[in-house]
Amino acid sequence: MHNEHSDAHFQSRIDSGEHIEAKDYMPEGYRKHLIRQMSQHAHSEVIGMQPEGNWITRAPSLRAKQILLAKIQDEGGHGLYLYSAVETLGVSRAELIEQLQSGKAKYSSIFNYPALNWADIGAIGWLVDGAAIVNQVSLQRTSYGPYSRAMVRICKEESFHQRQGYEIMTTMMRGTKDQKAMAQDAMNRWWWPALMMFGPHDSDSPRSSDAVKWKIKRETNDELRQKFIDKTIPQAELIGLTIPDKNFKLDEKTGHYTLSPINWDEFHRVIAGHGPCNKQRLEHHIKYHEQGAWVREAAEAYKIKHSKKELQTV
Amino acid sequence: MATDTQLDLWEVFIQSKSGQPYIHSGSVHASDVKMAMQNARDIYTRRGEGTSIWVVPSIYISASDPDDSDMLFDPSKDKIYRHPTFYVMPEGAKNI
Repeated sequence: MHNEHSDAHFQSRIDSGEHIEAKDYMPEGYRKHLIRQMSQHAHSEVIGMQPEGNWITRAPSLRAKQILLAKIQDEGGHGLYLYSAVETLGVSRAELIEQLQSGKAKYSSIFNYPALNWADIGAIGWLVDGAAIVNQVSLQRTSYGPYSRAMVRICKEESFHQRQGYEIMTTMMRGTKDQKAMAQDAMNRWWWPALMMFGPHDSDSPRSSDAVKWKIKRETNDELRQKFIDKTIPQAELIGLTIPDKNFKLDEKTGHYTLSPINWDEFHRVIAGHGPCNKQRLEHHIKYHEQGAWVREAAEAYKIKHSKKELQTV
Repeated sequence: MATDTQLDLWEVFIQSKSGQPYIHSGSVHASDVKMAMQNARDIYTRRGEGTSIWVVPSIYISASDPDDSDMLFDPSKDKIYRHPTFYVMPEGAKNI
């Protein structure tokens, strides 16, 4: 019989398809991997509000503005689901935020690119949310219960995000010559960074094997990227957008599209902090976090005052 | 002589299947967490209803007032654009 608190017993639970809950035994490596991955995911949701938030006041119609507000509000909510789920692993919100602001924890490098015009809002919803959804659908089956349940909720809510982006792109592609050119320009700028969202190739992804063994990740970076490519190229072609890659083609035998090599130098440069907006994103987060400090202090003071009163009346 | 009480009230949440959310099943009386867990197991899972149990002292549960439900939930009713069916996709669009 297995020792309940052994790594072998843990792995046998994983292998038989069981989920792990917060109070269950787990190896330190599993806990660490989850904290890193889930907090990165949470940070991405929250930092991801910035490029789109830039366009709330400049949305072209009241309808577009309401939708964009609702979408950004969802991203904030998703960040909160994920932070709460990470906290079940014994790390505090304050530590997580400190790790983000000090640069120790990462967020998806896609959010270090700017949203330059309204077509970018279409491209972000369609391509960036589209890529995120492929990843998140797969993560609904992740082995950590609280993470899995957060993903189920997030996927359900995000189903409108990608559609609103594709609707914007479709509308622009039915518009004037200039509008079409704007949509194509946004496609050209977001296509490759969206493909990089899935992370390095499996052969260069040092932590992938543990994550797959522990069923934190159910599919590898390359498998997920291929899924995204295969479903997105026909969507682009349907509305008349060109894939910014001269060498892409459909392999008739496998049914999968093949592309030119991804420029990983750019990926590593942006992750290392040299993307167009890295500095701006973190500065913005730190500024508003600090400006909100008095609210947290006031809430704590109120709590203390209140608990003293309660003690007196008992 | 010690005071005779019916002990404290605890709320019981049961997960029916691995990975699923914990759902409220009912309450038990117990003097500590160990007894609450034992009682929850005896009272709510006699037919293999669960894979895991949470017990929480009832005093830590706060509930919204049903009279406030209009105020709490009404604002979401007119935001149909939060649902994917609000968007018209071009003819022939797949996997979206």
